[in-house]
Amino acid sequence: MEFLRPSTWDEALAAKAEYPSAVPIAGGTDVMVELNFDRHRPEALIDLNRVPELHTWEIDDDVVRLGASVPYTRIIDHLTDRLPGLSLAAHTVGSPQIRNRGSVGGNLGAASPAGDAHPALLASGGRVEVASVRGTRMIPIDDFYLGVKRNALEEDELILAVHIPSATAPQQFSKIGTRNAMVIAVCSFGIGLHPETGTVRTGIGSAAPTPRRATDAEEFIAAELADAGLWASRGELAASTAQRFGELVAQAASPIDDVRGSAAYRRHALSVMARRTLTWTWNEYRTAGRAAA
Amino acid sequence: MTDQTSPARTPQRLDEVITGGIGTSPLRPDGTLKVRGEFAYSSDLWADGMLWGATLRSPHPYARILSVDTGPALAHPGVSAVLTHQDVPGENIYGLKTADTPALAEDVVRYKGEPVALVAADHPETARRALEKIVVAYEVLEPVTDPERAAHDDTLPALHPGGNVVRYQPIVQGDPDAVADVVVSDVYTLGMQDQAFLGPESGLAIPDEDGGVDLFLATQWLHVDQRQTARALGLPLEKVRFTMSGVGGAFGGREDLSMQIHCCMLALHTGRPVKMVYGREESFYGHVHRHPAKMYYEHGATKDGKLVYIKARMYFDGGAYASKTPVVVSNATSLGTGPYEVPNVRIEGWGLYTNNPPCGAMRGLGAVQPAYAYESQMDKLAKALDMDPVLLRQINAVSEGSTLHTGQVLDSPAPVAELLERLKRLPMPLENRTAPADVRDLPGGISNTTHGEGVVRGVGYSVIIKNVSYAEGADDYSTARVRLEVIGGEPVAMVHTAAAEVGQGLVTVQQQIARTELAVERVNIHPNDTNVGDAGSSSASRQTYVTGGAVKNACEAVRDVLFAKAARRFGERPADLSLVGGKVVSSTTGVIADIADVLGDDVIEETREYHHLRTYELDPVTGQSPRVHVQHAYSAHRAVVDVDTELGLVKVVRLDCAQDVGKAVNPDAVVAQIQGGSTQGLGLAVMEEIQVEGGHIRNPSFTDYLIPTIMDTPPMTIDVIERADPNSPYGVRGVGEPPTISATPAIVNAIRNATGLDLTHTPVGPEHICGPAFARA
Ligand SMILES: Cc1cc2nc3c(=O)[nH]c(=O)nc-3n(C[C@H](O)[C@H](O)[C@H](O)COP(=O)(O)OP(=O)(O)OC[C@H]3O[C@@H](n4cnc5c(N)ncnc54)[C@H](O)[C@@H]3O)c2cc1C
Repeated sequence: MEFLRPSTWDEALAAKAEYPSAVPIAGGTDVMVELNFDRHRPEALIDLNRVPELHTWEIDDDVVRLGASVPYTRIIDHLTDRLPGLSLAAHTVGSPQIRNRGSVGGNLGAASPAGDAHPALLASGGRVEVASVRGTRMIPIDDFYLGVKRNALEEDELILAVHIPSATAPQQFSKIGTRNAMVIAVCSFGIGLHPETGTVRTGIGSAAPTPRRATDAEEFIAAELADAGLWASRGELAASTAQRFGELVAQAASPIDDVRGSAAYRRHALSVMARRTLTWTWNEYRTAGRAAA
Repeated sequence: MTDQTSPARTPQRLDEVITGGIGTSPLRPDGTLKVRGEFAYSSDLWADGMLWGATLRSPHPYARILSVDTGPALAHPGVSAVLTHQDVPGENIYGLKTADTPALAEDVVRYKGEPVALVAADHPETARRALEKIVVAYEVLEPVTDPERAAHDDTLPALHPGGNVVRYQPIVQGDPDAVADVVVSDVYTLGMQDQAFLGPESGLAIPDEDGGVDLFLATQWLHVDQRQTARALGLPLEKVRFTMSGVGGAFGGREDLSMQIHCCMLALHTGRPVKMVYGREESFYGHVHRHPAKMYYEHGATKDGKLVYIKARMYFDGGAYASKTPVVVSNATSLGTGPYEVPNVRIEGWGLYTNNPPCGAMRGLGAVQPAYAYESQMDKLAKALDMDPVLLRQINAVSEGSTLHTGQVLDSPAPVAELLERLKRLPMPLENRTAPADVRDLPGGISNTTHGEGVVRGVGYSVIIKNVSYAEGADDYSTARVRLEVIGGEPVAMVHTAAAEVGQGLVTVQQQIARTELAVERVNIHPNDTNVGDAGSSSASRQTYVTGGAVKNACEAVRDVLFAKAARRFGERPADLSLVGGKVVSSTTGVIADIADVLGDDVIEETREYHHLRTYELDPVTGQSPRVHVQHAYSAHRAVVDVDTELGLVKVVRLDCAQDVGKAVNPDAVVAQIQGGSTQGLGLAVMEEIQVEGGHIRNPSFTDYLIPTIMDTPPMTIDVIERADPNSPYGVRGVGEPPTISATPAIVNAIRNATGLDLTHTPVGPEHICGPAFARA
């Protein structure tokens, strides 16, 4: 196995162009498991750890440009204010050691339906900046996930950064696992309020072949909030509305039965998480409004 | 042949000198190394020029082997050997209690993962690639997977010549048809738990010029491994020498052979050192697990809550080979009433062969399963009687002098009611948390699933009984060699045993005993090997008792020789002498000399055994025995849980324990054993289960076989009491297993208390709390 160690972004892109089957390695928390379990023997590894721009973030206007390799720990320590949903999701990833190494770029690269960054990214919205020797393009997060562990990258492309709008209102993330830490999601849910557009975005994890949004639920809640003028009044959300929202989220999933949980439980848990997180975000939005008033 | 006789990366030497005699808590000599990641485990062994061994395993739970073609694998570059059952030099059969397991399968495979062939190659990956080139033709057979059917259905294929029942044991006491005012019954099932030790099976075999072999390995019992391996290798014992290397946990999972015979076969065949290390997934197939059980229980009591009778039928799935199944049956039936006086009993236990993964020893052997059932029953009975569950347990509790249903009389303290009383008096954790709550304190923890919605609290108690040491007539002994000599002007003792340090702290305890008995500052521990007599297994909570007893005996023998010398030289009577702070002291004339002076250039070395009181088999028909177990131990737990009833998630808020340990030789190590045992019991209560379907393990990884993290492990108040057992050295009572047993039912009882559910399966998962509609497929 060849081990390529580019020290600049251009060298990394050149390496990927030359060896399209080469596997990039960032934190290595997915890649090394695959290698150790003998599941995969790539011809070459491209070590991205020397490429400086992958490890930094920038804040332009209202968007955080998050370098692909920035580890979860740094997101938690430095970006919780701007990316509260992603930070909550980051908290739930693995153990401290994994959070010190693992990155959003790696989560996107692996594109596992159980990846914890995905529901948070879907709920906040954003774009993935990918590049190759042929140039750079921006892929909306909604178009990024194509199938089980398949994403929209071309053979010769690498992820440079993720552009995520700074939160303008509360966001939440919730995940089911049968232990209280370091657990792969049985299913997960992300939610973000977007008062400026009058929308609520969602992300469902581990309950379909890809991470996905619950569009019917989003449309339902947007209409409910708009019809009752709740964005402006910051009035109370009816329990029945939260309940219905939960049901619609559950309907949007197409979960399977597997060793971690049944499809029925996943749907049920999604409806509960969606109801609870909607209630939390909405109540927080109301409190913030009162505090501002 | 290699001229190398010991590996370059050797077994960990523990030269750090500890301080303190018995009853103190010196730092353990391996502790700092382990915490810093510097401890050498058996997987770190290394020898120059060594080959790597790998094992081809059956992909089928049950199949006939039609043919094996090793040719393509042998032709693979870098491969030195490919071996099958035809290459087993001695008898191709081994087993702890019953020799029924082939070292390599012959014409049939009885479980998925059964070893079929071996490869030695110059690199571990080459060895794995070569495994893929071995061509085995199987005729796949319908596996036997239901143990209860295996017990009663003669139409099923017999997996072994004697049929599918490994052991059937009834125990009958009093009038089994007695009637009672209040009756409760249920059927309980317990999932297959894994020992989940972190250090995978591993060893390094080095062939010797004498035609023998040295194996460096991690095990729980050197001599039983040596005996079984020598038989398969067709070599005399003295040519099969075993040396302990760093053990990364055991919990019973290292009591059966794994790579021992295989690694030696490859080394003898190739004439080169061979190392084998299992990967994590292979490890799940490469060691035995805890027996899953199905248990039918019925309890009858008077209106006042006195137990009238217990009837129970229990089925234990031993999987493909017997391993410890016979002992599971005897422990489960002989301890199956719990620590209660019950006048009328009929308990029956079956241990079965199936094509499921083999099951064997695990912490709490055979006592974990019935304890979950009988402690569930005690809560159910309390509910039916509308009685405090603690009081119900107390009025039925055994005490010293009680007779168990086997007819055995408890001949040492049994403070069962007191343990419960002490637990009850411990303060309860606060119910009302300040808002906003820290999610880490709630069910779901860091995963942020509730901020208090759906959460209810529950409290549960349990108290259990466990036997200590081997039972039913086994001559369960240990051997210690103690040497006393002057090194650098100072008297130094060396303790040499074959007793495995598996993390429990035995290295420290042995030194503490020698320091106490010989009054010397420096005690060294010789690496464990088969050059000294058998120590028995590091299991059954027995080593401080039995090996502790042997070290004590050997020290006393050394002391007698020393006193005889001193008496001769100084005209004293040996009976008047004692050792204090490195000096020989006479009760008549005071200090007479330094130990070093008395010793001079002499070396005193004595080897002694310790045998505990004789035990007797259970009568095969009545289950009666005057002393089936040499000692019993008791622990009680109180669990406090918060349950998210909507999502079915559990947070154990607190797990307090009261336990009688006879004598705490090392009080900190005792507490650590109770913390670890309680946590392992917590795992079985809420998450740990090997899921088996049609003989296949569905979760052979630590991604999907979950064990508790620190975030799942609650604060524990541990109340240790010491009521000496007059029959044991220093009065010690086994410590390691009881808390594992009592933690599980206390937690499940707490979840019942919170939810009102019956919960007839452990571990309790979301599907059990949210309802059967959510069962995992
Ligand atoms: C013990 C353990 C626990 C875990 N727990 C969780 C968990 O709770 N939740 C969770 O979501 N995940 C978990 N994971 C998986 C893993 O940690 C995450 O997916 C993490 O985000 C991967 O990031 P990384 O930087 O380590 O990726 P790597 O392992 O380096 O790479 C992952 C994939 O992304 C590709 N890749 C990496 N960088 C780029 C790039 N710049 N451009 C294109 N492709 C790229 C790689 O080729 C590879 O396919 C766990 C892993 C372990 C070992």
